[in-house]
Amino acid sequence: MSGLDDRTPASGAAARLRTLQLQLAPCAAPADGGLSCFEGVQQAPPDPILGITDGFLKDTSPQKLNLGVGAYRTEEGRPLVLSAVRKAERMVVDDATRNKEYIPMGGNPQFCALSAALAFGPDSDCSREGRLATLQALSGTGALAVGGAFLARHYQASKAIYLPVPTWGNHHGVFGSAGLVVRPYRYYHAPTRALDYAGLIADLGAAEPGAIVLLHACAHNPTGVDPSPEQWRGILRVVQERRLLPFFDSAYQGFASGDLDADAAALRLFASARGPGGRPQELLLAQSFAKNMGLYGERVGALHVIAACPQVRGRVESQVKIAVRQMYSSPPIHGAAVATAVMANPALSAEWQAELASMAGRIKAMRAALVAALAEAGAPGSWDHITSQIGMFSYTGLTKEQCIHLRDKWHIYMTLDGRISMAGVSHKRVRYLADAIADAVRNA
Amino acid sequence: MAMAGPLAAAAAARSLAAASSALAAGARAFASSSAAAAARKSWFSDVGMAPRDPILGVTEKFLADTSPDKINLGVGAYRDDSGKPVVLDCVREAERRIAGKDFMEYLPIGGLRDFVTESVKLAYGDACPDLSNVAAVQSLSGTGSCRLMAEFQRRFMPHSTVYIPVPTWSNHHSIWRDAGVPQSTYRYYKPETKGLDFEGLMEDVKAAPSGSLFLLHACAHNPTGVDPTPEQWAAISKLMAERGHFPFFDMAYQGFASGDCDKDSGAIRTFLRDGHRLGVSQSYAKNMGMYGQRIGAFSIVCDSKDEAARVESQMKLVARPMYSNPPLHGALMVKTILRDPQLKAQWFAEVRGMAERIISMRALLRRNLEQLGSQHSWKHITDQIGMFAYSGMTPEMVDTLAAKHSIYMTRNGRISMAGVNTKNVARLASAMHEVTK
Repeated sequence: MSGLDDRTPASGAAARLRTLQLQLAPCAAPADGGLSCFEGVQQAPPDPILGITDGFLKDTSPQKLNLGVGAYRTEEGRPLVLSAVRKAERMVVDDATRNKEYIPMGGNPQFCALSAALAFGPDSDCSREGRLATLQALSGTGALAVGGAFLARHYQASKAIYLPVPTWGNHHGVFGSAGLVVRPYRYYHAPTRALDYAGLIADLGAAEPGAIVLLHACAHNPTGVDPSPEQWRGILRVVQERRLLPFFDSAYQGFASGDLDADAAALRLFASARGPGGRPQELLLAQSFAKNMGLYGERVGALHVIAACPQVRGRVESQVKIAVRQMYSSPPIHGAAVATAVMANPALSAEWQAELASMAGRIKAMRAALVAALAEAGAPGSWDHITSQIGMFSYTGLTKEQCIHLRDKWHIYMTLDGRISMAGVSHKRVRYLADAIADAVRNA
Repeated sequence: MAMAGPLAAAAAARSLAAASSALAAGARAFASSSAAAAARKSWFSDVGMAPRDPILGVTEKFLADTSPDKINLGVGAYRDDSGKPVVLDCVREAERRIAGKDFMEYLPIGGLRDFVTESVKLAYGDACPDLSNVAAVQSLSGTGSCRLMAEFQRRFMPHSTVYIPVPTWSNHHSIWRDAGVPQSTYRYYKPETKGLDFEGLMEDVKAAPSGSLFLLHACAHNPTGVDPTPEQWAAISKLMAERGHFPFFDMAYQGFASGDCDKDSGAIRTFLRDGHRLGVSQSYAKNMGMYGQRIGAFSIVCDSKDEAARVESQMKLVARPMYSNPPLHGALMVKTILRDPQLKAQWFAEVRGMAERIISMRALLRRNLEQLGSQHSWKHITDQIGMFAYSGMTPEMVDTLAAKHSIYMTRNGRISMAGVNTKNVARLASAMHEVTK
């Protein structure tokens, strides 16, 4: 099955020649049926992650299993709209006093306040001291893109952003398109399938002062490997010593451990930190409600910026709004209204948190079930990393060839880096998956 | 498959020791390099305050005014005859049908396919016989579409300039500038006639380097309300074809201008019939009152199905790093309305109702001014079309209207006709007469 990593345009040399012709001479009058301005445009490569689902959908095998997409699935393999969210949406829609007017560039103010409290705690220093700017954004991607655009245009200290290796595939695209220069820092240690802490500290320690560093707040995507609390303290130390600017990506708060506060511990460590002379730690946070509220398609998120003082915060906020204005003017009302209704209502909020704990619990149970099934299937090697990793994804350690074997022989779909979405695993299918992995390890 | 073990652990320990000494060396180098940098309090100290949005400033002043009969003519959103925002009945019904849906998964990068198909049909009508030649994606309303076009232009029409009318919606300039596309202007509004500077426009179209992208307002030009006549559009289309320019239509008011969706996209259809490969930004903010939902479409007419597929794939590459995929709710509502014959008919009637109220307010304002004995011609108020009227008043007159009469508009004299109603039109006319006589 070709196409997953095929980046060659269909018509090769002829297309390149036409592109050159177009660049040398402007396009002729289209009215006489001549060349289009876009005739030389090449087919873009398919998105690697979304391409997996395409392949899965086309597969006719009754045994097929989709471990590619990063969206929660129930034991029955179905998507889930949370009950608290469903109720909140009904409340929003039935409220005849609501209208569909534009909301401010910074978004729904109540949503912003509640999102900040969720991330940083209800009584954070940065919020109380007027140093926190929060703007509603189009989920995590939108927050990263707007934050990146702001930094590329207004952050004078550096245009470099350090991304962990590996990281979510779209991080490179987001920051590259925003105009930042992307650099790597070591993160995943393949031999141990754990954190390369020494490599991480070395790379950040050698980073240019003022450089931006992207940190996954919890449940690292794609590896599921998170630093320990002590390691987080070490990372904070090197960030402070190098005067690096942290940009947190928080897409799984509550979804990783089942506990909203526990999953925000690393973020709050940094947010409350003070450097030499009491200087407050500055940082950015891209917060997503896609997974933890199941609001995926409604694009609900927020960008937070913590500045050292309120005056700077005010100016930063004004420039981030400009970035928003030039991209989409103001954010969409619906998802944020639903999320606000959930967070602001004690009963709905409690129901949400219970559902969140339940989703996280099912994921953890599947990790344990897979490890047990792999033992039963006699799969060679150690598989403890599957239970020590956390969140939606597990970096199995399977090679590209083994992943292809799983797809072609067993109709199991995952990204070719060996990442599986634990949300796609169920009690019903876990033995099948374990048998397949055992087979792949032995024979592929 | 490699396994963890003593060798790996020892290697890790050695690596950690090396890292620590590298860190110490680095820290020493950093400390000695710049004491000033180390003393800086914030990394964002050099960030300047962004200029205030002029339109929002008007709203703020309006809100602060305590006068009981103050009038807000700044905001570009529809208001009913009582000055209240409106949610269309067809929209409420569509929302009722989709609320509680079992589906909140990510849309594809290009958005909800059925929504996109219906949007393209609405814009192009019969003038585009083969819609499979059209590359189209869901977008974040008109702003989002324009941004996609600007990014696309930078990548695939490199070295081309965007020509923007004078005046235009101020955000047009910001969008193309931020996308890194060189920009220029073309003459559009003629203050002397308060109408179209057709000769100037044609001269500028002729003079622009071949292959330029021309930003055109499909109908109800913002902020002037001045549109070319059908004959003028035909001439513009012909000249643009001769010059090999790329026409990009910003259509934010289809149906909202004349009350008739087909009529309002007449310019686009004229260009299509002339064979142009053009682009369109569509917004449902005003004509469906979906302002805050951020729902629109971005399309480019291509030579073939294959080219459309390639262009569409590249549109998605622009969208993915900005927001991954567009929001679901607004798209579902619009699709529901456009796909259901009854809801669609209801929408046509409601958008006609909005347009007709605006048109009648124009007539009423003009008649009031004439009856007050104004020596000026106010014909432009009824000649102009859409949400806005370019009154011709000076900034000083606008300031007086605010300070003395509690009537608020942007300083270019632009009146949002949506803010005019049967209860305030007499007072508005009287105040305008007083500052202009």
